[in-house]
Amino acid sequence: MDILANLGLGFVTALSPVNVLYCFVGVLLGTLVGVLPGIGPTATVAMLLPITFSFEPVTALIMLAGIYYGAQYGGSTTAILINLPGESSSAVTAIDGYQMARQGRAGAALAVAALGSFFAGTVATMAVALFAPPLARMALKFGPPEYFSLIVLGLVASIILAHGSILKALAMIVLGLLLGLVGQDIYTGTPRFTFGLFELYSGINFVSVAVGVFGVAEILRNLETESKREVLVKKVTGLWLTLDEFRKSWAPVLRGTALGSILGILPGGGHILSSFASYSIEKRISPTPERFGHGAIEGVAAPESANNAAAQTSFIPLLTLGLPAHPVMALMVGAFIVQGITPGPNVIRDEPALFWGLIASMWVGNLMLVLLNLPLIGIWVRMLTIPYRVLFPAIIAFACIGCYSLDQNVFDIYAIAVFGVIGYVLVKLGCEPAPLLLGFVLGPLLEEHMRRAMIISRGDPMIFVTRPISAALLAMSVAVLVITFLPMIRRKREEVFIEED
Amino acid sequence: MRNSVRDLLAGLAFMAFGLAFAIASLGYDLGTALRMGPGYFPLALGCVLALLGLVIAAKGLTDGGREVMHRVPWRALLLLLGAPIFFGLTIKGLGLGPTLFVTVMMSALASREMTIGTAMVLALLLTVFCVAIFVYGLSVSVPVIGPWLSF
Repeated sequence: MDILANLGLGFVTALSPVNVLYCFVGVLLGTLVGVLPGIGPTATVAMLLPITFSFEPVTALIMLAGIYYGAQYGGSTTAILINLPGESSSAVTAIDGYQMARQGRAGAALAVAALGSFFAGTVATMAVALFAPPLARMALKFGPPEYFSLIVLGLVASIILAHGSILKALAMIVLGLLLGLVGQDIYTGTPRFTFGLFELYSGINFVSVAVGVFGVAEILRNLETESKREVLVKKVTGLWLTLDEFRKSWAPVLRGTALGSILGILPGGGHILSSFASYSIEKRISPTPERFGHGAIEGVAAPESANNAAAQTSFIPLLTLGLPAHPVMALMVGAFIVQGITPGPNVIRDEPALFWGLIASMWVGNLMLVLLNLPLIGIWVRMLTIPYRVLFPAIIAFACIGCYSLDQNVFDIYAIAVFGVIGYVLVKLGCEPAPLLLGFVLGPLLEEHMRRAMIISRGDPMIFVTRPISAALLAMSVAVLVITFLPMIRRKREEVFIEED
Repeated sequence: MRNSVRDLLAGLAFMAFGLAFAIASLGYDLGTALRMGPGYFPLALGCVLALLGLVIAAKGLTDGGREVMHRVPWRALLLLLGAPIFFGLTIKGLGLGPTLFVTVMMSALASREMTIGTAMVLALLLTVFCVAIFVYGLSVSVPVIGPWLSF
């Protein structure tokens, strides 16, 4: 039993005192930013990334991963208690979760969200352990054309889940790709788009981009409309599910887990898609669909399980192909690279302790999250009342120090301001920042693989369609694009996002 | 008026970015499809971006939009962007303590609901906290009080 030995190695790594500590720090911070308004896991991971450089690679990744899936738990707490999803993936949870809270069943809603998430996290962790190794083996056979097509698919898929206009999302990707190319050309060393600034030779610092676009721009948008948050439930009681509630929720949890595990692998934010999809499935197959929207526990159990499962399995493309499926994953790629590890199919072979340790830590982290979120819910409820005006100066402070400690380069700090403005203007013009960041990270990779593929094919672009895997991946990209542009899907997509806003 | 100012502006912005990148790429060696030079890929992307911008702008002129534009918070914009710039300018000279205090003050005052008193308390607490964590906890090599202030 290979997998057991591997998981054994993973748990030995994950359960070392240092790693348990930082896993705890990660999920704690994750829950915190999930609960607190106006700061998401992307900005948090970006800010904390520089600090983790002094850690062991596995410790750094365990903590950063903890922030990511921890935020999924925290986001559902705010969705249920104050009808404000902390994370876009908990937007559907707010529909029925908030109604349950109004009926005095906030405790049950929180419990089913936490337990469902834990179950989903456990299953999805197993899924990662089972499916990542064969996928990595397959990915080892990938050449430059396959990687090129895979990146294209990843970028295209991220459009489906961007808010608003598809064209704008496409444009944001291309802009991100271009910004990613700033710096010295890998083959000739020619500095490109550097304005003669030496600081730009190594490219724009991606921490600055992430903090600017997801941190500063987000704060600016929140400051447009400063409003108070109403906390409905001051004290949460009755964390136990009634027998009836348990009977109603176990099947949705199972279905949500399955759906989330599959959709999470999709590049581009499967966790949001999976929570919406599982909610509509539950509503459709329910014998009493009219209860949905009025506090149906299934409407909390299914999407919460789905988004947590997806959060775990979205590590699969990262760990096997080195491809980020989410802006946070894009930052994780950066974390790998700074630690001197190239994320991709080789990680599992070259760094087994890191690979399996990270996977095992996800399960450990999920267990901690249940303990953190249920018995200690009172603390989080109190956190909800922290006013935003106290929070955002702290975000700016951490962003500046974090970026500066990266390599004591003040240029990176000015870049935060620049990308803050660019991000704010673009968001104001109705463009989502997530595709931009994905494009930014993948830009250099895309160019490198394209140029290598063209050398292999002696300048014949047909190589991308004559190699079967590459052709299949490109065909999928085209299919995704066509489907997104179909009027029916477009309407559906708009509905989903209107509900979310 | 059945047009969307937002789409129009977004389209124009993308066009400007795309053209700027494309024109700049022409200054680099383009190479051939077989051996692409440093300018090849960015030139192609720049053109694609400009084209996308054109379509978005054209849609903005013809398609009706129902959009709510909030006021731009100018004070917040100036203070929030000024804060990191101030941090960058003074971190080496003033040291982490004073720099952070002013940075937090500036960003805190970006909120219209913030009072000077609260901002000062917040800035003081955050500065102490950050110095403790980063300088003493994580040993980031940055002086607490910089050379400009030591006599």
